[in-house]
Amino acid sequence: MVYLDHNATSVVRPQVLEGMLPFFSERFGNPASVHGAGRAARQGMDVARRRLAALLEVHESQIIFTSGGTEANVMAVFGCAARHHFSGHLITSAVEHASVLQVCAGMERRGMELTVVGVDADGRVRPEDVCSALRESTRLVSIMHANNETGVMQPVAEIAELCRARVPGIVVHTDAVQSVGKIPLCFEALSVHMLSLSAHKLGGPKGVGALVVDSALLLEPLLVGGGQERGRRSGTENVPAIVGLGLAAELAQHTMAEEQKRLRRLQQQLESQIQNERPDALVMGQSAEQRLPNTTALLVPGIHGETVVMNLDLEGIAISSGSACASGRGQPSHVPLAMGVTAELAASMVRVSMGWNTTSLDVERFVRSFVTVIKRLQP
Amino acid sequence: MAYNERVLDHYENPRNVGSLDKDDPSVGTGMVGAPACGDVMKLQIRVDDQGVIADAKFKTFGCGSAIASSSLVTEWLKGKSLDEALMIKNQQVAEELALPPVKIHCSVLAEDAIKTAVSDYRKKQKSLG
Amino acid sequence: MKHPIYMDYQGTTPMDPRVLEEMLPWFVEKFGNPASRSHAYGWEAEQAVEKAREQVARLLGADSREIVFTSGATESDNLAIQGVARFYQDKGRHLITAVTEHKAVLDTCRHLEADGFTVTYLPVQKDGLVAMDALEAAMTDQTILVSIMAGNNEIGVIQPLAEIGQLCRQKKVLFHCDAAQGVGKMALDVEAMQIDLLSISGHKMYGPKGVGALYVRRRPRVRLKPLFHGGGHERGMRSGTLPTPLLVGLGKACELAMQEMAEENKRVLVLREQLLQGILSQLTHVEVNGSVEQRLPGNLNLSFGYVEGESLMMAIKEVAVSSGSACTSASLEPSYVLRALGVSEAQAHTSIRFGLGRFTTAEEVNFVVQTVVQAVNRLREMSPLWEMAQSGIDINSIQWDAH
Repeated sequence: MVYLDHNATSVVRPQVLEGMLPFFSERFGNPASVHGAGRAARQGMDVARRRLAALLEVHESQIIFTSGGTEANVMAVFGCAARHHFSGHLITSAVEHASVLQVCAGMERRGMELTVVGVDADGRVRPEDVCSALRESTRLVSIMHANNETGVMQPVAEIAELCRARVPGIVVHTDAVQSVGKIPLCFEALSVHMLSLSAHKLGGPKGVGALVVDSALLLEPLLVGGGQERGRRSGTENVPAIVGLGLAAELAQHTMAEEQKRLRRLQQQLESQIQNERPDALVMGQSAEQRLPNTTALLVPGIHGETVVMNLDLEGIAISSGSACASGRGQPSHVPLAMGVTAELAASMVRVSMGWNTTSLDVERFVRSFVTVIKRLQP
Repeated sequence: MAYNERVLDHYENPRNVGSLDKDDPSVGTGMVGAPACGDVMKLQIRVDDQGVIADAKFKTFGCGSAIASSSLVTEWLKGKSLDEALMIKNQQVAEELALPPVKIHCSVLAEDAIKTAVSDYRKKQKSLG
Repeated sequence: MKHPIYMDYQGTTPMDPRVLEEMLPWFVEKFGNPASRSHAYGWEAEQAVEKAREQVARLLGADSREIVFTSGATESDNLAIQGVARFYQDKGRHLITAVTEHKAVLDTCRHLEADGFTVTYLPVQKDGLVAMDALEAAMTDQTILVSIMAGNNEIGVIQPLAEIGQLCRQKKVLFHCDAAQGVGKMALDVEAMQIDLLSISGHKMYGPKGVGALYVRRRPRVRLKPLFHGGGHERGMRSGTLPTPLLVGLGKACELAMQEMAEENKRVLVLREQLLQGILSQLTHVEVNGSVEQRLPGNLNLSFGYVEGESLMMAIKEVAVSSGSACTSASLEPSYVLRALGVSEAQAHTSIRFGLGRFTTAEEVNFVVQTVVQAVNRLREMSPLWEMAQSGIDINSIQWDAH
């Protein structure tokens, strides 16, 4: 099987799993316990926190472990909205992940005002569009760092700086679930107050993620109870998964420079080969430099995306059409629609996303099969 | 909160655990704390004719750090004059035992116990004329 | 005999090796996202998740469509209570719970109070049980939810769930049960007990951390406002990528519990008796906190007169246990559960919680008995309170100068 759906999820890296194993057995204690078993677990957690902090160049205390990217996103928006007693204005973009869009809609139902800023044909949010949406009452702006379907990267730092300059006290959040571990990220440099990430997108296990926060930021917690994570996120910590996240972060940091280059080369290989064979194929988001090095969203007009995906699966190749969350629902994804693409064309879109174990051979196989399948499906 | 070696030592190798006769005129007794707080220290000193503390004993109901704090001060008290005893500060105890911030109050209680014991002795001496 | 000896099964449980074995393939070989409908990796994962869902449902006597996977009991409690309160707030804004509930329940209630809901925190009797007439008296036509746990984490006491369920059904009030400690250790049947929502935790039943579930009744249908919005997973009740390995682990843990619970409970009960009798036969002034009969088999919470809990934990450091003493809690306050039983602050400071479980052996219990007896005797030698008690002084009559 050739797996090219890494934006949906990745294999856990072998070193990561190996590092996690002791925490399922000998070091199984509850980190809140004072005895040896508890301390052994807590130690593992502390090390993981340090590793993740190093990847993003933040202090350990800025990291709040969660059960994943969705929780981090919901926590960020809810936490800020609740602090303002669900009054005021929110801004987000039309291409956000469902977790951000849905929680913003939820906050709107609770009394806040919401503006959803559109994107241009390349899928980019224009800073000036965010700026013109700003009001004195804007409490939170949430713009993702890189889109899960198209890989298009947003000018988050620029947007954040503009917002901060215009509205004192405003909070900026970015869903960086798809970019953390794939491209270098420095929390400070992004000028945001909150950043979400998810372990299984960088070779770590499912079921864990984090919200990275500015030290001075005050948030209402989403989950209350035992007071873990300094009262910011209650619930016994998922130690083995946290350890896995730490290891994945460390591995990503070490291989980042090389890996970025490698994925870019593969991306180029893929896109140029497809364009050669099928000049009618369209790559979403245009120039590769504006996109994550591992993601290519493309379509061949007139050919149904889901059908392509299923055919490729029969050939032993895994990709997706639209995001995992939305797959199988039979509706085109909101992302291409927001880019001004017609519903029909949007339904033709497929997403290819590569990862740490993708090889040049995988890309070749994909191109060959893709071209064959398209030909077969052509009316 | 790993068990601090020095704190553990005072439990595993207790020194000066015991009681002196509190009715003895040369003995000063200081009982501080309360069971509801989880800390009760009883500190006793026997003072000789030169006004020097010849012996000191303790009994403590409390966590490991409380036991260690009271145990430590009984060691320090021996051979000191009453005024020297009153100069013992809780920070010294906390430092010697490497107490974490959440256990500093145990050393404060030990300092209180010393003061109470000395005061009790002095009161007794006064009433004896 | 493994050292140190683990006797804190209510804090967390070691994962059963059979559960770990079941989980491992799902990290690497079978790693797909269960929501990915378009390839074999996704389908395989989805299948495994549905199997786990079935295993959880079976243990509870529920239908698999009634199981929502969460990241643990804390999230399940938050989701159940917040979710129901927000959905039914036009019907009423009053909730009832008990003072001995886990913080995840109590804190969620407190947050709702800040939002204009009213909450009645029922006291408990000396044995730790909620009084049924007190519960009934507290119910009004504004009450929308009662939340009472199955087994208490500190004292192991089991509440009269079937009676509570019957009363709630009669009064048309929803009944949520935090069963994090109870699942797999006592019979739980959501139909027979007329429970509408139930929280479970993986790591309290020899499963992995980071996963749990919330049972949500379908007939009659219970609705709730989700906490985690997003991709619409779990029938819209809880979004977020389903962590396949963790769910497989939870499912397997439930399956094992179903198969082995009866035998295991018998065995653990015998060991607990061994522990209790061993201690009682060699020490005086020891009290059991909470009802002995209505209690989870693996829990024993004892107060050792005149000896402080943390010092006792240090003295038996080769045994991992937990204490109701303030010194071991982050807040420096003695256990609120013990206080709710009417246990004095002083006595709360002298308490130790022993938690036995699947892997506890008779040899370990014997060792613990000896170690505890030795340590208590030694600490009593060092205790001014023991000294006073021995010479006939009543500690309670003394005027202490608290500082």
